[in-house]
Amino acid sequence: MATIPESPGPASAGTPAVEFVDAGYELPGGRAIVQGIDLTVGPGEVLALVGRSGSGKTTTLKLVNRLLEPTRGTVRVAGRSTIEWDPVELRRRTGWVIQEIGLFPHLDVAANVGLVPRLAGWDAERIGERVERLLELVGLPPEGYAARLPHELSGGQRQRVGVARALAADPPLLLLDEPFGALDPLTRAELQVEFRELTQRLDKAALFVTHDLREALAVGDRIGLLDAGRLEVVADSGAFLDSGHPLVQELAHTIRPPEARRG
Amino acid sequence: MGEFLSYVLRHRAEIGHLLAQHVALVAISTGAAITLGIPLGVLATRHRRLERAVIGAANVVQTIPSLALFGFLIPLPLLGGIGARTAIVALTLYALLPIVRNTHAGIRGIDPALREAGRGMGMTDLQLLTRVELPLASGVILAGVRVATVVSVGIATIAAAIGAGGLGVYIFQGLAMVDDTVILAGAVPAALLALAADGLLGLAERRLTPPGSSESSRAGAV
Repeated sequence: MATIPESPGPASAGTPAVEFVDAGYELPGGRAIVQGIDLTVGPGEVLALVGRSGSGKTTTLKLVNRLLEPTRGTVRVAGRSTIEWDPVELRRRTGWVIQEIGLFPHLDVAANVGLVPRLAGWDAERIGERVERLLELVGLPPEGYAARLPHELSGGQRQRVGVARALAADPPLLLLDEPFGALDPLTRAELQVEFRELTQRLDKAALFVTHDLREALAVGDRIGLLDAGRLEVVADSGAFLDSGHPLVQELAHTIRPPEARRG
Repeated sequence: MGEFLSYVLRHRAEIGHLLAQHVALVAISTGAAITLGIPLGVLATRHRRLERAVIGAANVVQTIPSLALFGFLIPLPLLGGIGARTAIVALTLYALLPIVRNTHAGIRGIDPALREAGRGMGMTDLQLLTRVELPLASGVILAGVRVATVVSVGIATIAAAIGAGGLGVYIFQGLAMVDDTVILAGAVPAALLALAADGLLGLAERRLTPPGSSESSRAGAV
């Protein structure tokens, strides 16, 4: 079993990995995309954000690595407000996984995975070792895959590379935006299980955005439901379906017939 | 035909000399246009206002008839006068447009998701430019260099009118003498030079275009 020793661990035990305090984001015209978000992601915790398209999931994620800055309230990462972080430093300690388009088409797998360490100025030897270890970790033997270009991989393989790339500089926090959205259901289920094991083993905190409730239940310790820019429900994944909120009931219908529902 | 060939053979030393001059005019001016044009094209992608000014100015230069541009430059101090320097300035101005425009279009054509991925991974603006944008746009930029070079080979024949030498010397001589053979002795090597430059740069362009990138930009999400 591969281990990742470089981690300084989540910032001092107890400090939340991410903290939203009454955070909101509005467009310059004044239209609010998200508002009044209060949410805490503990160290090592995976929080899945569900909601329909346009509910503000991606915006919420981008508030964390300062691709967007909150226009209301505060978003803190490791105890520090994102606007006090140097954006480059903040992003390098925050792994970012997006749909497969996010791999750079002109770089081979090894160069894609080693990108953040290279930006951070690691020496070549250390990057090489790191890339090998990560590719093994995500189930892509380096001898077969390191030199391939993204367009020579299957969708599932590309997503594995995307996860490896996000883990490369050993960030304590991962942000994932529909990472498995473009995959077939079997590959998707497989990657969900692997992702779950990986975050537990590596003790990573993560915010995982998906529109698929089944996926949220599979990967999340807790689940948050966004609707029209507001966080309507946050609950442990075991208790989420029983929260009784009408939007949760509605979502639950999408994954199983009513009589088979638990509770 | 036989007359043309024997003329060329008899004057091969001089034609070789003029060809070398011609290549030098094109190489120096295209080199200068690349050095100026790529940064200008990049700047145009960064600032809205500059975008319009830069692309607009380059377009305007392109509409000035080449003979007139050579004429305009002659009286200018430093840049002007009779000779190769003026010709190089004029050729550089003409070569700028395709290079600026393709640099701008090449970078603008990159999927915004890739740019955001780079930024989200903690790239600085400069790293984003040198590691993502320029490599992905390199094929398109080189296509602009190719157009600039081929056009310059043609326009450089007019440089002979202001004493800059090159294959145009034969063309103007032939026109003055009303002698087709002499015109062709300048025009045919110039045309061959343009074809050769086009072929070579086309080869480099195919090599530089990142594999898979054309597919992904065409399909939107591959």
